Amino acid sequence: MAKNKKIPEINASSQADIAFTVLIFFLVVSTMDVDTGIVRVLPPMPDPNVKQEDIKVKERNLLLVFVSGSGQLMAGGQVMDLHYLKDKAKEFILNPYDDESLPEKKDQTFDMPDGSKWTFPVSEGVISLQNTRDTDYQVYIRVQNELTRAFNEVRDDVSMSKFGKKFADLAEEERKVVTKAVPLKISEAEPRKMGK
Amino acid sequence: MAVMKKKGEREVPAMSTTSLPDVVYIILFFFMLSTSMRDQELMVKYKLPEATEVQKLEKKNLVSYIHIGVPVPHMQAKYGTAPLIQLNDSYKTTKDILDFAAAERDKLSEVDRASMTICLKADGNTKMGIIADVKQELRRANALKLSYASSKVLGY
Repeated sequence: MAKNKKIPEINASSQADIAFTVLIFFLVVSTMDVDTGIVRVLPPMPDPNVKQEDIKVKERNLLLVFVSGSGQLMAGGQVMDLHYLKDKAKEFILNPYDDESLPEKKDQTFDMPDGSKWTFPVSEGVISLQNTRDTDYQVYIRVQNELTRAFNEVRDDVSMSKFGKKFADLAEEERKVVTKAVPLKISEAEPRKMGK
Repeated sequence: MAVMKKKGEREVPAMSTTSLPDVVYIILFFFMLSTSMRDQELMVKYKLPEATEVQKLEKKNLVSYIHIGVPVPHMQAKYGTAPLIQLNDSYKTTKDILDFAAAERDKLSEVDRASMTICLKADGNTKMGIIADVKQELRRANALKLSYASSKVLGY
């Protein structure tokens, strides 16, 4: 008697179809692209109640990069091809031969994660990036990209000589120190009115 | 007559498909984890500029998007072909960015507010004028972390 009372198995062959339907739904409504971009921190808006004093930056500490509306590039007073900008910026940041016309360096001492101290000549240089209102965004991003590349390469060099590792492979704490030693000083000015 | 009997039994048994749902579920979970939801319909067309030194935007819930580009074809009759700013699901002007940034900031929890990032997705052919206006408004809104969205290339 009991032998005959077997519960029949539920047919699970449509399970796959259901799963496929859900899968296709997710494929349609979701995106896989990862957002990538050049990250910048904008300067805060000056307080209108406080009278602004012009910050005097010595001429040797400033590299003026100007992108015109036609996509031409001027760096430090001379017309330049985009390909040379990175080396120009690197030379400006590092000032390897302590040139009089390149930025000053100020020794700063950093606390290392292992407790020791490390003194590094931090550049006082500021790269000022200027553009007109009719500069193409693509050109602007290319210039930003070259400047970022210069900073990244300098950071790589510094981490290599100090830690023997590339900047990207450093630990969080070490990376903070290198970031302080080579600060990303790019000032993005408001566009000039010329050329409208 | 043993040979005859064998011939009748030589039938390929049906393949068991009981594990097929499991396989499909694994693929499904992979997609659910590795992708993110498409949260808004794009009303502008853009081709991102290219760059090599890009950084990934981690923590998507902290990111707010501003799209700048030419309206999509079926909207061009109404809005023209000049580049427009899209916030959420409609075309806006630079004046609305202040409110937009404030609203996006309110969505986040208090600890995350400082790390709110704006992802600026603009077409490469846009003029810097409109982008500079957006940047000024973002400064005014105190939304200072900005990412110029660009697609990663290995070299020019």
